[in-house]
Amino acid sequence: MIPLSGDLGNSKGVVRENVGSFSTTRGTSTLKRGFAHMLKNGVVMDVTTVEQAQIAEEAGAVAVMVLDKLPSDVRKAGGVARTASIRIIQEIMDSVTIPVMAKCRIGHVYEAMVLQETNVDMIDESEVLTPADENHHIWKWDFTTPFVNGARNLGEALRRIEEGAAMIRTKGEPGTGNVAEAVIHIKNVNTELRRIKSIYDAGDEQDLISVARELKVSYSILEETASLGRLPVVNFAAGGISTPADAAYLMTLGCDGVFVGSGIFKADDAKERAQAIVLATTFWEDPDKVKEAQKMIDERQSMLGLDVKNLDLRMQERGSTA
Amino acid sequence: MSGISIGVLAVQGDVAENIMATKMALEELGLEGIVNEVNTPEQISDLDGLIIPGGESTVIGTLSMVNGSLKKIKEKIAGGMPVFGICAGMILLSKKAKDRVIGEMDQPLLDYLDVKIERNAFGRQKDSFESEISIDKICISKFPGVFIRAPSILETGKNVEVLSKFNEKIIAVKQGNVVGTSFHPELTGDLSLHKYFVNLIKAKH
Repeated sequence: MIPLSGDLGNSKGVVRENVGSFSTTRGTSTLKRGFAHMLKNGVVMDVTTVEQAQIAEEAGAVAVMVLDKLPSDVRKAGGVARTASIRIIQEIMDSVTIPVMAKCRIGHVYEAMVLQETNVDMIDESEVLTPADENHHIWKWDFTTPFVNGARNLGEALRRIEEGAAMIRTKGEPGTGNVAEAVIHIKNVNTELRRIKSIYDAGDEQDLISVARELKVSYSILEETASLGRLPVVNFAAGGISTPADAAYLMTLGCDGVFVGSGIFKADDAKERAQAIVLATTFWEDPDKVKEAQKMIDERQSMLGLDVKNLDLRMQERGSTA
Repeated sequence: MSGISIGVLAVQGDVAENIMATKMALEELGLEGIVNEVNTPEQISDLDGLIIPGGESTVIGTLSMVNGSLKKIKEKIAGGMPVFGICAGMILLSKKAKDRVIGEMDQPLLDYLDVKIERNAFGRQKDSFESEISIDKICISKFPGVFIRAPSILETGKNVEVLSKFNEKIIAVKQGNVVGTSFHPELTGDLSLHKYFVNLIKAKH
């Protein structure tokens, strides 16, 4: 059984139909969140070409995320970053058996609609792309395809879940090769979860309501999350992961898995690094195995990385107040 | 005699949900037993029963091969240990798997269930569905089927018993002490399949 906190039930994305002698339902929270549960303890890799997607699959990626440019190239290119070419997404869908995800701009309902029609397995409403609506995220309950959203803290995460997100990832600071912000974000979420759990355990409903108001979320989702002591959906780490040790570290902080963006295909040893990050994520509890994984890569081949203090563009701030 | 020891293969996928469902099944049946995550040959060798959960079959297979777990599971199946494979787990137990779009696959398999499996048989995630099914052969007349990018079985060998079908597609099978389903009982609140599996282990124990 999985938590269905915040589920809207009969939303537009839920489709009922008869198939032969059976009546079926698609697009339910069990199916959307359940899909994310199947990704747990896995690595989702950003890819821009069929060749990269195949390398990712062979290395043991649990899914691929298709972008037009890797986050670090988005950062360099400037301009408006949009969803990837549909033709490339389709070519990738036809060449790997693992799930294929793609990013759309925050609030861009029709980019998401196009991705749903393309039949991608999950849509990432992502701050890596240029937001189309700074004030509103997509109302994801209208979709049958599940969504993953970024969050920097508990409030953002629960607001996205109330809009219909089936999975959460930390935002980190994409395209930097620097894991520091992802670490801060997951620790923020953990600290806030501990706080509401202790309020819940103390039975202080009044305090719980004031936290719900502070986070701008409903009382019911806050109360259910507090009773669980964890997010009611699968939570992955993302943003700046470049090495096996980065991935293993984030797993120790309680993440259910990791997204790796520029870290793999911006490194000079992409194939080995992809395998090594998968091994470290799977066997993160065994330091010796993580060491073996770390040994598979050469630090001189890692992407150079950026100090977060000197950035002109902080992607993580996009859509964070909504 | 102490209780039974059940493992859930913890490489990738929805491990925690199966641990919880199995513990609840033991409790409802009033049986003594422990349920643990396992991912080394040593841990697997001590088990009375194993669940291979949902996830990505390519990932679970490849990583279980790396440390020798796959070989150990094969030995244990040959020795009669009951195994329950769910979705990706059932694919892993099979002799042959192909993808609906990509075709023949070269992925590590346990090579036991004498079936030919079609991966992603019902389509991609948007086509994932819930439907009430029946598994009358094992006295479960109604069960909430949760199918997520689910596989189905195209052909079965003579030692394979078909437990359930969705329209013409085979979605649950049993061969010896090995059970496989296309759907995910651990995502529902219905414990009847986990209870059935625990009883299978108990009978063998």
